[in-house]
Amino acid sequence: MNLKTSSKLEKVLKSGHIAVTSECGPPRGSDPKAVTEKGKLIKDHVDVVNITDNQTAMTRMCSLAACIHLKQMGIEPMLQMVTRDRNRIALQSDILGAASFDIHNMLCLSGDHQSFGDCAQGQNVHDIDSMQLLQTVRHMRDNGKFLGGDDIKRPPDIFVGAAANPFADPFEVRVPRLAKKVACGAEFIQTQCIYNLDKFEEWMRRVRERGLHEKVFILAGMTPMKSAGMARYMKNRVPGMDVPDEVISRMAGVPKERQPQEGIDICVEAIQRLKEVEGVAGFHIMAIEWEEKVPEIVERSGLYPRPQV
Amino acid sequence: MIIADKKPIEEIIQEVKDYDRLLVLGCNECVTVCEAGGKKEVEVLASALRMHFIKEGKEKKIDERTLERQCDHEYLEEIRDVIDQYDAVLSLACGVGVQFTAEKYHSTPLIPGVNTCFLGANEQRGMWTERCQACGACILARTGGICPISRCAKRVMNGPCGGSSAGKCEINKDLDCAWQLIIDRLRDLGRLDDYEIVAPIKDWSTERSGGPRTVVREDVQV
Repeated sequence: MNLKTSSKLEKVLKSGHIAVTSECGPPRGSDPKAVTEKGKLIKDHVDVVNITDNQTAMTRMCSLAACIHLKQMGIEPMLQMVTRDRNRIALQSDILGAASFDIHNMLCLSGDHQSFGDCAQGQNVHDIDSMQLLQTVRHMRDNGKFLGGDDIKRPPDIFVGAAANPFADPFEVRVPRLAKKVACGAEFIQTQCIYNLDKFEEWMRRVRERGLHEKVFILAGMTPMKSAGMARYMKNRVPGMDVPDEVISRMAGVPKERQPQEGIDICVEAIQRLKEVEGVAGFHIMAIEWEEKVPEIVERSGLYPRPQV
Repeated sequence: MIIADKKPIEEIIQEVKDYDRLLVLGCNECVTVCEAGGKKEVEVLASALRMHFIKEGKEKKIDERTLERQCDHEYLEEIRDVIDQYDAVLSLACGVGVQFTAEKYHSTPLIPGVNTCFLGANEQRGMWTERCQACGACILARTGGICPISRCAKRVMNGPCGGSSAGKCEINKDLDCAWQLIIDRLRDLGRLDDYEIVAPIKDWSTERSGGPRTVVREDVQV
C-alpha cells in the first residue's frame, strides 16, 4: 500500500474499505465537554471526525482546539479550514500547529460568507482560495517548504481534501471544477449533502467518464432530516442545496412525531443505493446537532463494524 | 469612474453646524457623472443647509463653487484667493478630492459630503455597479474580461464557490455570480477549456495590502 501520510482515513480508503466520516460543530463557548461528548457518541462508528471551522460564519470555538480535544480522547480528527478568516501566514501557521499535534487530515474550504453569521460587519480575508489552500498544504507536505520558499523543519504529515457540490450552478463546470481540485492536490472529496440521488449519480457518471474517481476518493455527503420543516428550509434557504419535492412530500407525509425516523430511513436508503455506485469511496455523515443518530445510520447501512487499520 | 453616494443630510449638518462661513465645493468629474457631487448637487445641498439653519434661527454664510477637478493642483489653486473667507469647506468630491483639497489648504477644516464607494460604471439610470478594485495587477485577460476580485463576494480566483445558485451569489439573489458570468463569457468566446487552468496564488502586494501606492512614470515627468 502506497501511503503518503499517517492518516487513518488514507489507510482505510487505500485498504479498499468504504470509509465513514462524520462531523462535529464546535460549541459557541469554551466548554470542551461540548466537543468530547459528541465525540463519545460517534467514536466507534466512524473512522474520522471533521471539526467545522466557524460554519455559517458564526463565531465558535476554533476547529484546531476542538480537533486536539478529540485527538486526546483517541479519535482521529479532520481539521476543516476556511480561507475566509486567515491570510497565508495564519493558514500556514495553523497547519503547522495542527501537524504538531499529529493531526493528519485536513479539509480545505472557502467558507460561507460572513454576512450569514454573527459578524456581518467584519472583513473577509480570502488571500488565497480553497484550491490554492490545497496547493499550499501539498507544497508544505510534499516539498517541505513554506509558500515563501524556506524549508520547513518537520513538514506537516497531512492527508488533504476538499469539498465538492455536485448540485451548485453552473452544473456544466461541476466536474471540471472537481478536476481542478484534483489537479491542485485533493486526495479525497467530501460532497455537499445529497438528496437528489439521480443528479448525484449523473455527476458521478461524468466523474467516471473523466477517470477522476481513480484519482481521488469521493465521500458522499449525507445529512438526515429531522422534519419536513428542515427539508423545506434546506431547499429554500441553504445556498447550493438540492432537495427534490419527493423528499419533502415523503417527510411531510408522515405524522410529525414519525418524521425524525423517516429522515433516518431516507438517509439509510440513500447510503445503501449509493454504496453500489462505482467511484463512491465512502460516506460523510453530517448529522447536524443529531450526532446520537450516527451509530444507527452506520449500523443500518451495513457499515459497522469499522475496519481496524 | 469613481462612484460616490450622498451622505445623509443629518450627518452633514452634525459635522458643519459649528462653522458660520461654509464653502460647499463640488467637482466636475466622476461625482458629477454619478450625480453625487457636481454643480447641481452643490446647489441642492447648499439650499437645504441654508433652509435648515434659517429654521434654527442661525445666520450662516453658505457659498457654492464647483471646480473642474479637486484631484488636481491647478484647479484647486482657483480657490486660493477666497479660502480665507471660510471657516470650513464641505467637499462633495470623492475621497481623493477631499484629501487633496485638505493637503493644499492645510489650516482649513475639510468635511466630506459624499461617501466614496467604488470604481464602477453606470449600469442604468440611477444605478451604478462595481467593476474594479484597483488591485494593481490586472487579470482580466485570463477571466473572460470579468473581474472575480471586484465582482465575487469572496474574490475567489478559482470559482465558483458552492454558493452559486441559478447564476446568483449566495449573499444576495439580486447579485450576479461573477464566476457564472466568467463561465458564460468563456463559453461564448469558445474558450471554456481555459476554465481548467488553475489561477496561481495572487501577489497582493500591488493592492492595498502592500501599503499606499505610487505610480512613477519617468517618461512623462518634467
